[in-house]
Amino acid sequence: MTTSHSDESTNFPIAVEGLCHKYEDRIALTDVSFSVGSGELFGIVGPNGGGKTTTFKILTTLLRPTGGRASVWGLDVVGQRDQVRHLIGVVFQSPALDVKLTVRENLLHHGHLYGLAGRDLKTRIDGCLERLSLTDRSRDLVEKLSGGLRRRVELAKALMSRPKVLLMDEPTAGLDPGARDTFWNLINRMRTESGMTVVHTTHHLEEAELCDRIAVFDRGRLVGLDSPGKLRAEIAGEVVTLRGSDLSAIDEQLRKKLGVETQLAGDCVRVLTGDGHAFAAKAREVLGGILDSISIARPSLADVFRQRSGHDFAGEADVMEAKE
Amino acid sequence: MNPLAAVPELTAAAPRPAVPTPSLELTHPRPWLVVGTLLQREFVRFIRQRHRVFGALGQPLIFLVLFGAGLHGSFRNPLVATEHTYFEYFFPGTLILILLFTAIFATISIIEDRREGFLQSVLVAPAPRWTIALGKMLGTGSLAVSQVILFMIIAPLVGIPFDLLGWAGAVAVMAVIALALTGLGFMLAWSMDSAQGYHAIMNVALIPMWLLSGAFFPASGATGWMRAIMLGNPLTYGTAAVRHMLYLHNPAMTAGLPSLAVSLGVTALFAAAAFAGAVWITGVHFKKHQ
Repeated sequence: MTTSHSDESTNFPIAVEGLCHKYEDRIALTDVSFSVGSGELFGIVGPNGGGKTTTFKILTTLLRPTGGRASVWGLDVVGQRDQVRHLIGVVFQSPALDVKLTVRENLLHHGHLYGLAGRDLKTRIDGCLERLSLTDRSRDLVEKLSGGLRRRVELAKALMSRPKVLLMDEPTAGLDPGARDTFWNLINRMRTESGMTVVHTTHHLEEAELCDRIAVFDRGRLVGLDSPGKLRAEIAGEVVTLRGSDLSAIDEQLRKKLGVETQLAGDCVRVLTGDGHAFAAKAREVLGGILDSISIARPSLADVFRQRSGHDFAGEADVMEAKE
Repeated sequence: MNPLAAVPELTAAAPRPAVPTPSLELTHPRPWLVVGTLLQREFVRFIRQRHRVFGALGQPLIFLVLFGAGLHGSFRNPLVATEHTYFEYFFPGTLILILLFTAIFATISIIEDRREGFLQSVLVAPAPRWTIALGKMLGTGSLAVSQVILFMIIAPLVGIPFDLLGWAGAVAVMAVIALALTGLGFMLAWSMDSAQGYHAIMNVALIPMWLLSGAFFPASGATGWMRAIMLGNPLTYGTAAVRHMLYLHNPAMTAGLPSLAVSLGVTALFAAAAFAGAVWITGVHFKKHQ
């Protein structure tokens, strides 16, 4: 069932075993193991500071892990770094384009880095521009393009070497929802065309939902690994969210009078229960006037994260950012 | 055996690959193509940011005019018997300053380029690290040399006569100095987190290195400890080599300087060490965190 035997790692686009990383002043990853199947859209999900970017840097050969190993189609990211670099295409969170160059010039230079030249290079550039609908922008300076278009150029660049695995770090950061949808539609088209495996990090749970499988990170540890649907299905019942001006009173009343376990978040009180509607009716009776609103929902990935890590997804992100 | 076996929910295996392992045909790495492409990028960027020409040529020109005119009456070269105006003395120093400024302006961009720019992609491409250092050094070096050649047109105005062999020699020496200074700037920029840090080093180390290279005043007239510092400064030998070349047929003008052979030797070593340092630092970066 598991993929921990080294000789099996050649079967997987990405195999990570017991990965650890310690920066000078803090521990970023603790004993992380997972593997990615061929052709999967795989998400590395977690709040900021959870270990996503460290994992991304190790997989893209930019950082040598302090423990454990990671491989791309069986090639070690440290020992066989140069071969790994031939297999991966990378999209960074911060722009990796030269804004003083045109779209085509960026792609030309990028191709040269991979040993591509001449007619072959020209064909590939034309092909990438075509597929990403950038052909009429090829002579524009990158500094004149919108954020969404720039991301498409980044993608064109990463795809030029025809990578077996596409690795992306928060690829849609800073894009508006429309541009984000366009981006993921393009990615899905590329995947169907080439069978390429795609691994990306994200702290948007809506993007995590789009993945075939996700690895959920919290404070450097893996707290969940499965398809979003299966992870959600593990939480039986429904989530009832209650709001009012005095949350602590709501919290206390529910515990005392209904004997349920509650979660007091910043702006609401949550209760996980088997039958949401029955519970809501009881809660309305008990709470009376102090209750402003009540809503019932199927568990989301945020609930999965909360249950597995013991704290809020967004709340924790804020705390971690403040520390950094 | 498997550390995760005890944690059932974490052992959800990835689906078996439907397709066999892809054939791992690797494209041929072509290091010189990479060097060439990075060199070309430097040129194109420079041409599209014309204000950089003013930065690299303007300030040295202002220095030359101000110091040349200001120190005109008070300067006397202690070892050169003939008439040697400060304009003439300072001119080769101005050339070195152009090389230094070009190197600084070109390498300071590395700090940003590496964190949020084009260099990120270079770092994950299958090209050896030395190509990054060499591409930057050759690109910036050629830009610097083009600028000093332009500046040398005014040399006869300050009293340095045109001489094909000497001037060609001077340009060749300056090309080597440009490589050395760019390599040095590359090392600094690579180890910095911010441009502010680089500015600090520029002010306390790079500009003094130029001031104490014999560009501004001759070592022979300085007090003992100052002369010792100047003789330990590798750039002193670069400046001396340029003076030797410009006065190929008038050795009286270079009296008191280190010999041409020593000057050329130290300058070549300086460039080689700077290149080695620049290549080395790109490797250190991988081992430590970014």
